[in-house]
Amino acid sequence: MRHRKYPFIVGFLFVPVVLYTVLMVWPYIQTFGYSLTDWSGESQTMHFVGLKNYTTLFGDTVFREALLHNVLLLVFLPVITILLALFFAFMLNVGGRGTTGGVQGVRGSGFYRVVFFFPQVLSVAILAVLFEAVYRSDSGGLLNGILVKIGLENPQNPIEWLNDPGTVLWCLLAIVVWQGVGFYLVLFSAAMQSIPREVFEAALLDGAGRGQTFFRVTMPLLWDSVQTAWVYLAIAAMDFFALVSTLTPGTAYGGGPDYHSEVLSTYLMRNFLFYGKSGYACAMGVVILLITLVVSVFALRVTRRERIEF
Amino acid sequence: MSTPIKDPIEGVDGPRSSAGPRRASQQERFADSGRVLNVFSHGFLALWAVLIVLPILWVVLGSFKTDAQIGGSAWTWPADWSFGAFQRAWDKGVGGFLLHTAIVLVFSVGLTMLFGSMAAYVLARYEFRGNRALYFFFVAGAMFPPYLALVPLFFMLKNFGMLNTYQGLILVYVAYSMPFTVFFMYAFFRTLPTALHEAAMLDGCSHTRAFFQVMMPLAKPGLVSVGIFNVLGQWNQYILPLTLMQKQSGTDPDRSVLTQGLVNLMFQSGYKNDMPALFAGMTIAMVPVLVVYLSFQRQVQAGLTAGTLK
Repeated sequence: MRHRKYPFIVGFLFVPVVLYTVLMVWPYIQTFGYSLTDWSGESQTMHFVGLKNYTTLFGDTVFREALLHNVLLLVFLPVITILLALFFAFMLNVGGRGTTGGVQGVRGSGFYRVVFFFPQVLSVAILAVLFEAVYRSDSGGLLNGILVKIGLENPQNPIEWLNDPGTVLWCLLAIVVWQGVGFYLVLFSAAMQSIPREVFEAALLDGAGRGQTFFRVTMPLLWDSVQTAWVYLAIAAMDFFALVSTLTPGTAYGGGPDYHSEVLSTYLMRNFLFYGKSGYACAMGVVILLITLVVSVFALRVTRRERIEF
Repeated sequence: MSTPIKDPIEGVDGPRSSAGPRRASQQERFADSGRVLNVFSHGFLALWAVLIVLPILWVVLGSFKTDAQIGGSAWTWPADWSFGAFQRAWDKGVGGFLLHTAIVLVFSVGLTMLFGSMAAYVLARYEFRGNRALYFFFVAGAMFPPYLALVPLFFMLKNFGMLNTYQGLILVYVAYSMPFTVFFMYAFFRTLPTALHEAAMLDGCSHTRAFFQVMMPLAKPGLVSVGIFNVLGQWNQYILPLTLMQKQSGTDPDRSVLTQGLVNLMFQSGYKNDMPALFAGMTIAMVPVLVVYLSFQRQVQAGLTAGTLK
């Protein structure tokens, strides 16, 4: 039978490997190559310019601005999302009143779980339409409407959420948190349910309050999931293309007002399809790739703890 | 789960039962602090639920309002419940967008599952040189956002004449879904028992037949999870169709997928003063996901989160 094994292996691997290599890996490699040229994208003529694109890149103020925004998102998105999700997961699983028979979740946790997770299945286009309406710059927007209603805002002078340099990035961050919390809540819930109930009861017997139970028992036992969540959120924070390009002002892929919501992905796309600087866009791609790599490794390193078996 | 567990001390005699009174007082303390926290936590949970449901309902309601109402105050109620806006949205091509998306997804998800599990199966169950290396080669792709290699990918498809074609987008989706699918199915095939496979081989079954008739049915739960993950992931793609599915000439038919089409509609409707139609379009786009989510919510949650667990 052995003689038939290798043809089978090759036969099964051939199509997947070819597809994956040609359409995914090869473009990545080409990105490196093109990043050393002054290629415009339109014609096939290009000149080798060495590292010039990279040196230009580091002097490019818009690029630095975009990078700064991505770093901000990289810090705040995981922290806020994970904390909210952990808090909700704790409430849903062990936050109920411990009167009879120990530890349980609050009432209606099934309902909350269904509702909280729902935004995760909505596509970015739906999010864009939804939040353009929510953040509308006049009092017809939901957010301004609420603020006017409760008297916190003058209807003649509403906040232009997505046009205000001070608020635009945070508004976008809020959308991603809004969408993501339910997902990580379910992720953490699954992990919490795999913790034996006796552990919580032992804590309870030893007189631990809810806060202590959370920080001393739940958190350490969930560390693996938190780590996974961190990496996923970090990758999400490096993207943000769809929201920025659809919701913010600015010619070609948003980023306004005045680059205050510019992120790396939108700047890359503008250079590529609008300015026709493909080589430059490729250099940007390479830099982002390296940053993503460093961030992922860093996130895995920093969050590494001794694994607790239970 | 909110089911209280059985009292572990029940029926145990001897020294442990003397801990009874102390335990009761401990529990009371936990419950005491719980009462305050309970109101607090319920408040938070309810608030978050409102934050999720309110904007969605509000925008859906908006598709029954008039354009003047939407531009006015946020708190008006539709005057008459006509489906005119839905008709207009449909005429503007929302039906077509849904159809294009469906065409792409049927093939792209189907092929992703087929090729992904073929590769994962061979890597997980057969020993050969370069096995590990090939596995990491596949999995490494999951770390990077897809827009990094967009420039070369665009020109590669252009050279193949596959821009704005279904087959082009389908192949790209398959390639980009490969890392995760292989990663997930690899882990799944490893957990399956070897006995059945061996029995099939002893009965003279070929490797290929053993895969399709023995292993694939066994791997069904894994296939469902990763299938849901891929459907949602590809349904939500934005930057890839935006770049790869542009009309190539005046006579090139429009093949926009839903995300792209809806965003285009959003950019247009601002000028045409037809916000209700946009909201109606969003509602139409949301309904299929909502139905699928509510009917399979357990599988969807399990499928999406299983993806992140190692």
